[in-house]
Amino acid sequence: MAVSNTMTAPAKPAASREEAASFLIKRHRFRAAEALPWLIAIAVYFIFPDRMTFGSQVLVMIMFALSLDLILGYAGIVTLGHAAFFGIGAYTVGLGAAKLGWTEPVSGLFAAAIVAGLVGFMTGWFLLRYRGLTLLMLTLATAIMLQEAGNLRSDLSGGYDGLPGLTFDPLFGKFDYDLYGHTYYIYALVALAVVFYVVRRIVYSPFGAALTGIRENVRRMHAIGSPVHGRLVMVYTIAAAIAGIAGALFTQTNAYVTLTVFDFDNSAKVMVMLILGGTGRLYGAFLGAAVYMILEDHLSKLSPTFWQFGIGLLLVLAVLFARRGLMGLIEDAAKFVAKRRQS
Amino acid sequence: MTAALQVESLNRNFGALHVTRDVNLTLERGARRALIGPNGAGKTTLINLITGVLSPSSGRVLLNGDDITATSQAFRARRGLARTFQINQLFRGLTVLENIVMTIGERDGENNNLWRPAGAKRSVIDEALDHLQSLRLVDDALRLVRELPYGRQRLVEIAIALAQKPRVLLLDEPAAGVPSSESHLILDVVAGLDPDIAVLIIEHDMDVVFRFAKEITVLVQGAVFTQGTPDEIMANAEVRAVYLGEDGHAAAQKAGQRGGQHG
Repeated sequence: MAVSNTMTAPAKPAASREEAASFLIKRHRFRAAEALPWLIAIAVYFIFPDRMTFGSQVLVMIMFALSLDLILGYAGIVTLGHAAFFGIGAYTVGLGAAKLGWTEPVSGLFAAAIVAGLVGFMTGWFLLRYRGLTLLMLTLATAIMLQEAGNLRSDLSGGYDGLPGLTFDPLFGKFDYDLYGHTYYIYALVALAVVFYVVRRIVYSPFGAALTGIRENVRRMHAIGSPVHGRLVMVYTIAAAIAGIAGALFTQTNAYVTLTVFDFDNSAKVMVMLILGGTGRLYGAFLGAAVYMILEDHLSKLSPTFWQFGIGLLLVLAVLFARRGLMGLIEDAAKFVAKRRQS
Repeated sequence: MTAALQVESLNRNFGALHVTRDVNLTLERGARRALIGPNGAGKTTLINLITGVLSPSSGRVLLNGDDITATSQAFRARRGLARTFQINQLFRGLTVLENIVMTIGERDGENNNLWRPAGAKRSVIDEALDHLQSLRLVDDALRLVRELPYGRQRLVEIAIALAQKPRVLLLDEPAAGVPSSESHLILDVVAGLDPDIAVLIIEHDMDVVFRFAKEITVLVQGAVFTQGTPDEIMANAEVRAVYLGEDGHAAAQKAGQRGGQHG
């Protein structure tokens, strides 16, 4: 680290107290640009009415990536087992419908959130004492153990054949599932909007600030009296619950679920999406999941065998040239435009 | 009156290595004590034992008379024990203001709130700005810590400790890594600390030690070699032999003369 030769203030115009305060006071306010992803999602509904099932899947993955952003992007918890909670949510709803006749969709989401959150709390309590590689392995092992448990009880879970042909009640008793998935697109979009609002509140709260503190410097957090473990367990539980909701939506929109939801692939994919979009930026989850899914869709049609090459190439490019993900590129572009306008 | 901080026959081994040996140390309220000793004497280890980064092999640590030996680092911090690090430990990717607001939030329990926007409490922001103002850091409030020159980062380190409103403050070489031509700002801040706070400072610059401290503890090979007033330490031939050397002695005499002039 370079030792400075000067203690004098920077050449940059000095920030007054008022300026400094207003930065914090205004930071959480909604900006006009934030309406953009939602407007696009609504426009998609009208422009691609025949792609609504795919659209719902994108929304589900956005929610999944958003839950990962809370723990990875904000709290700095690196996990390779986030699919565990997605899978638990997916199976809560799947088993509920197949074995218990619990086919009401909205209450299913709540049930999934509670079950996944509980498992998140219990595993988090133990695992979050560790960091780095150890944590990576332990989270990975958790997801694999759950998958194997499902495999052992294939009489319940349906094993790798899954639970096919699930049926769910019409939403609020009124809006029935249609062949093109229009209803479920709107349903998933509303669910995502609610979850997003909650996540956004958390991120801009003092608790959210403490999470970034843990990410930035955990030693300092201990030294200023932060109950680090408690905070991590809390956010891990919340993220698990949200991943559970995403999993439940996945089961409901597809009307089936198999043990592949617990796959390492699923954990890795959501992390790739988030990193591609940009971590710790909320909208990185939107951009990353959408770009990844659309690319996967096109490339797999173009070349069913080699489509992963395209995804891999994109990732290499992102790591080389867009360290902060696609959102980072957009931020840089916005800064550049703002500078141009000033001069 | 109970001492602000009391360390009773504290020991710590790393395997066969005995890094802290039977250390007894008392900080009364408002104490100004310097901890000196050659490199590797175990000064930072002692701070880590007091703050709970390390747990002792035996012995007790008391804060305002309460035994805190078995408690976590965070608990001790919330009870009014603050420290600065020898090497900056800051939230480098956040603004200076956020660093302080975060600290106040942990102190007051604000950070348990998941729903209210972080900027909604004006009183917290104002207090943070007051701390920054006292260290002349307001101009840098909105800059990221990692963009600041090292000397100013050092001030943020102290600002965080002050924002904890400590009753006991442990300063681990506050001016380390800062060119001597600039360290005066940091040392002025240290000299001007609230007289109610008990302060323990680790410092190598004897000029600073003799100017600031009312009591000095000399640590050699993990054990307390001697303690006393600056005059006693200065007069102690053994201390001069193991530690002070000729330079240190000269500085001490200089400081003593200056103290005499002012006093």
